[in-house]
Amino acid sequence: MLVEQIAVFVENKPGRLAAITRILADNKINIRALSVADTADFGILRLIVDNPQKAAKCLQDGGFTVIVTEVVAIEVEDRTGGLATVLAHLADAGVSVEYMYAFVNRSGENAIIISRFEHMENAVKVLEGTGVKLVSKEQIYNM
Amino acid sequence: MYWQKKEECRPRAELEKLQLARLKNTLTRVATNVPFYRNQFHKLGLNPENIKSLEDIRKYPFTLKQDLRNNYPYGLFAVPLRDVVRLHSSSGTTGNATVVGYSREDIITWSNLVARILCGAGLTPNDVIQIAFGYGLFTGGFGLHYGAERLGASVIPVSAGNTRRQIQIMQDFKTTALVCTPSYALKLADTMMDMGINPNGLSLRFGLFGAEPWSEEMRQEINERLGIKASDNYGLSEVMGPGVAGECEEFHGQHINEDHFLVEILNPKTLEPVKPGDIGEVVITTLTKEAFPMIRYRTRDLTRMITEPCPCGRTFHRLDRFVGRSDDMLIIRGVNVFPLQVESAIFRIDGTQPHYQIIVDRKDNQDTCTVKVEVSESYFFDEMRKQRTFIDGIQKSLAAELGLSIDVKLVEERSLERFEGKAKRVIDNRIL
Repeated sequence: MLVEQIAVFVENKPGRLAAITRILADNKINIRALSVADTADFGILRLIVDNPQKAAKCLQDGGFTVIVTEVVAIEVEDRTGGLATVLAHLADAGVSVEYMYAFVNRSGENAIIISRFEHMENAVKVLEGTGVKLVSKEQIYNM
Repeated sequence: MYWQKKEECRPRAELEKLQLARLKNTLTRVATNVPFYRNQFHKLGLNPENIKSLEDIRKYPFTLKQDLRNNYPYGLFAVPLRDVVRLHSSSGTTGNATVVGYSREDIITWSNLVARILCGAGLTPNDVIQIAFGYGLFTGGFGLHYGAERLGASVIPVSAGNTRRQIQIMQDFKTTALVCTPSYALKLADTMMDMGINPNGLSLRFGLFGAEPWSEEMRQEINERLGIKASDNYGLSEVMGPGVAGECEEFHGQHINEDHFLVEILNPKTLEPVKPGDIGEVVITTLTKEAFPMIRYRTRDLTRMITEPCPCGRTFHRLDRFVGRSDDMLIIRGVNVFPLQVESAIFRIDGTQPHYQIIVDRKDNQDTCTVKVEVSESYFFDEMRKQRTFIDGIQKSLAAELGLSIDVKLVEERSLERFEGKAKRVIDNRIL
């Protein structure tokens, strides 16, 4: 139940994010969600797109350093306490979160949480055991 | 194994006596035959007759690269041109060319000294030696060639370039020893991979590398990738060419052919001898050269002298790995820093050779130093924690190597400027 995410190294200088999104646009790649982890010198741009392999190749050809990694997409009801319930299960099982970011599904009813855990397999097992809904990669790419 | 055992294992006391006699002889000859030296000695009131010990060399003036240029082409020759059988030119990348000459006897000496180095590295007359140094005015090609023939090995004078052909020949001729620069050895390894050739399937066993400084880490990489024993050797055309010093099979420092060269290690700033074992500039006086003797030539190459006895039995002192050149040494907050040290600190973390650049600046009278390292897929992470750990690792490794805290910045691939394919390693923005 893992989803492919691409991570791009971005130096902190004007125009880099514009260049990345331009390459994706020119190659007709649609961005589903993104997050930037930044320091004073550089950032790590993480993207969920409709075609991760193609996106990675286009950006590499454009001179960027890109890796494809796996993350979990969790569907959470868009209501108070939705995320708290999921995280409580993970905390109880001792699973620690490396990072997470969210976007709202087009239907507007549910939020999708993109998460990276320290031990991915263990995290997926815990989540499945609690009946939380995981989103498959096909669903994400075709959203 | 030795080529000239008696000479190479001569007791130190006897060796120093021989050096003193040869030094006196050389100084007397240049004072008689070379106006440049005669005038300088005269000005300083120096008479070679008064040389009593090897330390007396310190009274004599240095010879600089510029002196060779000023006396271009034949001004520093100590014999008439009719006694010169060979001319070479230095490979200097800056300024005008310089010319050096060899008498018939010089060529014999040169061949023997190179044969010593080949022998010391483990080669025998049974070896097939592929010389991938350029043949021509550069001393590397012909220097190694004559030495290899002297040894009695089978020599392939393939010269430099055409990497695929080099590999083809290596395969077909069953080359056992490769002679080139260490960076070219890695290029050969890369090309073999491209061609789908497994180096272990070749007959290659030895590599003799020189003509540029390299690190111990680079030696390990070459040894592993080519499946050979790589050894270092040292020389420069101004004093002869290859054959000045070379490693024995202990692979720990290069034995100087001290019966033919007198080597001093001096502080490049004060020009006084460094403390034993400290890093300094190598200064060489030739002891037997006939056509082109050199008095106290400042090589600009930096290393330390190893004086402990070597298990191989040679009594010659050794030159440790070169750490750089006195002209690219940086002084940051009073600490001497050589680009090669930075390189090996980065290399230790990653195991590959990233592109890097050292940027030195001065803010509020305080030196700042930043090392920019180009990111690559093998050390880029989607998790910030791992990325920070990587950067901190380089920082710690640099601090341990240099005793200096240095900022490390990760930058995008191919963002550091390169000149003619070579990265510019140091940018010093300080206005001193």
